[in-house]
Formats: sequence, structure tokens, C-alpha cells
Amino acid sequence: MLSGLYNYWIAILLMAIGFYIVIAHNNLFTKMIGLNIFQTSVFILFISMGKVDGGTAPILSDAYTVYSNPLPHVLILTAIVVSVATTAVGLALIVNINRRYKTLDEHEIEQQELDQE
Amino acid sequence: MEDFIIIFLLSLLTITAVAIIFMRNMLSVIMLGSIYSLLSAVIFVVLDAVDVAFTEAAVGAGISSVLFLSAFAVTGKRQVLKQKNKLIALITVSLTAAALLYATSDMPYVGDPNSPAQTHVASRYIEQSGSEIGIPNIVTSVLASYRGFDTLGEVAVVFTAMIAVLLLLLRREEDQEIDREK
Repeated sequence: MLSGLYNYWIAILLMAIGFYIVIAHNNLFTKMIGLNIFQTSVFILFISMGKVDGGTAPILSDAYTVYSNPLPHVLILTAIVVSVATTAVGLALIVNINRRYKTLDEHEIEQQELDQE
Repeated sequence: MEDFIIIFLLSLLTITAVAIIFMRNMLSVIMLGSIYSLLSAVIFVVLDAVDVAFTEAAVGAGISSVLFLSAFAVTGKRQVLKQKNKLIALITVSLTAAALLYATSDMPYVGDPNSPAQTHVASRYIEQSGSEIGIPNIVTSVLASYRGFDTLGEVAVVFTAMIAVLLLLLRREEDQEIDREK
């Protein structure tokens, strides 16, 4: 590694981008994409922690003695599947919101709520 | 050499993420999200996490994109993308990122074989799983045997999510009628 911490910095930068999209964008759909970016940045952080210099993928073989850490890989496998499950629930909610308000713009939805009162 | 590949790929990933911020077209945002997932899968391969890479490519880039595209098809094409509260968002995000960047100064370097993450239970998995479980792929051994309860919990989460999606999408017409009257 050039500095040894480059992977972590990029993970934090990607997290910041995802977080920014979640806060600043008006469209609920784009917010979901922002959440996905946020999640993937955490995956990269974990997988970077498991990397060992000179190591290989953790599949046992007589030709290798140094392996990368398998534990973060297992945790992130679980996290990827769970992230798709949560994405599905979020999108189902979005479809329902769209049925009710005919828009996905959070400010328009807020406005419609205010008008009804 | 490997360092430069990782730096190049991580830079591509950052460019993709930045492009998503400024994109005005919903379909482009979804496709860029898919590209982003694929790029991260390639990075996982370079970081030795091959199992994670193919799961990310199949599930993250594949199924997620299909879900997004089908939800996009249902909700209609007219989507206005704009940003509000830019300054507040920028300040919040910068403060969070700065705090995290400060925290990385304590982290062990990437690839350090003596970092705490490498020296505890992982070495046991690598040395013993071959004789204890008998599968060459250590990730599979850990996933299905040592941490089998985690996987059971994961199945429970996916099942709950499926029930939630079905409940949300298959709402009866009367319920929607009541909603409209309210």
C-alpha cells in the first residue's frame, strides 16, 4: 500500500457520498441507491481489514501457506444478502407510497400531507 | 502492482459514486448503481474475497438492479431529481467523514499480518478447518459450521423481508380504498 490506509480513506469517502445522497436528494428512489452505496463502502472497509500481504483467497491448498482472513468474508456474505432483503422491503414501501401519493418526491409528499390537514 | 490495481479500481468506484450524485436521469442512476456493484465485486477479487465477489456480482449487481428496475417500471417514468438542503447535508457529511478519517489514524495498515483482526480466531479457522470440517473452502466451513447460527439468523431476516414485501405489495383493494378516504 502506498500509505497503508488508502482503502479505509476511500471507504469513508464512499460512505460520505452515500450519506450525502440520502440527505440531499429529494427522490426516495435515489435515496435507496445512496443507502446501497453506503452499505458497499462498509463491505469494502471490512474486506480491506481481512487482507493479508502476500496472502491468497482462503481456499486450502498445498501450494499456499498464507491466506487472507476468512472471517470478514463470512460476515460480509451475510451482510450482502441481508442488504438485498432490506432493499426489497424499501422498494416495496416506495411502490406503496407511490400508489398513495402519486409521487416519490419527499417535499411533494410533505406538501400533500400539509394540504390535507 | 496489486496496489496500483486497487488504487485504480477504488478511484473508478469513487468516480461512479460522484456521478450518481449529479445524474438527472433515474434510469442512469440505477444503471450506475449496478456498475458500482460490479466494480466493488472486482475489488473484492483483488482483496482475496472471491466468495464475497461472486455474491456481490450475482446478488448486489444482479438481483438489486432487477428489483430497482421493476420498481422503477411500476412507479412510472416521470421522476424529477433535484437536491435540497445541500449546505446542511454537506456540513453533516463532512463532520462525520472527518471524525471517521481521524479514527483511521489508529487503524493497522491494510495487509498487516500482525493486526488484531488477523491474530485471534482467524488463524484457528485457517489451521484447523481442513481437518475439523474437511472442506477446502474456509469461508464455507465458517459460514455453514462454525458460525452456522449466523446463517440461520440470516435466513430468518430474508424470510421476514419476504413476508413484509408480500404484505406491502398484495394489499387488498378495500384497504387502499380506506386509505384514499382518509
